[in-house]
Amino acid sequence: MPKLKPPVRTPHIDMTPMVDLFSVLLIFLLLTASFRPQEATVIKSPNSVSEKQAPDKDIMTIIINKEGKIFFNIDNGKDSAKHTRVDVLTEMGKQYNVKFTTKELNDFGHWASFGMPMADFKKWLNAKDSKEKELLQTGIPTDSVDNQPSQLFFWVRFSRLANPNAEVAIKGDGETNYKKVKLVMDLLQENKVNKFNLVTNLEKQEVTLKDLPK
Amino acid sequence: MAEIIEQEKSKKSGKRRPKKQSTRIDMTPMVDLMCLLITFFMLTTAFSKPKVMLITMPEKNKPEEKTPQIPAWRTLNVLLTDNDVLYYYVGNADPKKPPLPTLIKSDFSKNGIRKILLEKNKDLFTQITTFRDRRMSGKLVVADTTADREIKDMKKGDMKGPIVLIKADDKAKYKDVVNIIDEMAICNIASYAIVDIMPVELEMLKTAPK
Repeated sequence: MPKLKPPVRTPHIDMTPMVDLFSVLLIFLLLTASFRPQEATVIKSPNSVSEKQAPDKDIMTIIINKEGKIFFNIDNGKDSAKHTRVDVLTEMGKQYNVKFTTKELNDFGHWASFGMPMADFKKWLNAKDSKEKELLQTGIPTDSVDNQPSQLFFWVRFSRLANPNAEVAIKGDGETNYKKVKLVMDLLQENKVNKFNLVTNLEKQEVTLKDLPK
Repeated sequence: MAEIIEQEKSKKSGKRRPKKQSTRIDMTPMVDLMCLLITFFMLTTAFSKPKVMLITMPEKNKPEEKTPQIPAWRTLNVLLTDNDVLYYYVGNADPKKPPLPTLIKSDFSKNGIRKILLEKNKDLFTQITTFRDRRMSGKLVVADTTADREIKDMKKGDMKGPIVLIKADDKAKYKDVVNIIDEMAICNIASYAIVDIMPVELEMLKTAPK
């Protein structure tokens, strides 16, 4: 009598439910994805109770990091036919006598925030890798030279001209010195911007009638 | 692999049977890919949108207007400096009219400046909070815009609450300024402004209690 062999079973797991679940998750994430743009610097915003949402489009952001370096960002606006960023850079080029090629201008259109003096701008646009780009980010100068307003002033001015609907937001790190923020606010006011947004994180605080001191 | 395809062992048997084909599809590569994609999307998605706080600054270089007369008892000056402390005083500090008011030390905690602000703003705070509570409990049904307008009117009509002047020196942190503006929103202060610090106030800060 031959030895009785147990029938060989294939170890099989039914993966269909798993695949189903994964598909659902994937589709959900795909549809809700709004990509985090690559920021030039890391910012830890202070907390507030404000529940107003930052607008997605038509916003120019002045970013001030912990060390007081200033970065700038403007989006292309709601109207996709307009190339706000390209227009702004063209104007800046004229102001500071820097000639940009069409390719450089178009490249700039896709980038997010940046922060360097105009002298380094061409170098930044043509930098090979992100490390090189990061090294060039030394902050936008805010001091006026030869009775000329500062570079940040012109960035704000030309952005306002290119997209008059753009709201202004200041995104500062909580640890930044207020002096630097004040400088930016003053500069905005010189540009006739009296209303601006401070970017904050939501932190709920409940105060009721019971908290009233007797 | 989750599935090992069984080798046909019955080759030697005489009868030729049509090979039984497995109808299962090996899904492992698909699952792998999906895992990868999901991880990628999870990491790159920005879930929480940043919030913003709107502030309006008084216009600069405006042709000189007659400044509205504010009774001194309504002005509350808040001075911000480093180390998370703040000082406040009521009234005006005028070097020509001594004595100078004394600075009182406070902080950003619940029992710090908030208590003082709430006490000074008692009437307006009660009015607005009662209004909000009534809306929340469903006793009062109005649209959001109407409610906002009514709260605005309440703030405008307020004649007793403090007028807070926020002054930060060079050592202050941005966080502190945001904190104090936030405190205004929490306490429903009708009028506040961020203004430049005066030299006399800097002097006062030097001799302030530590």
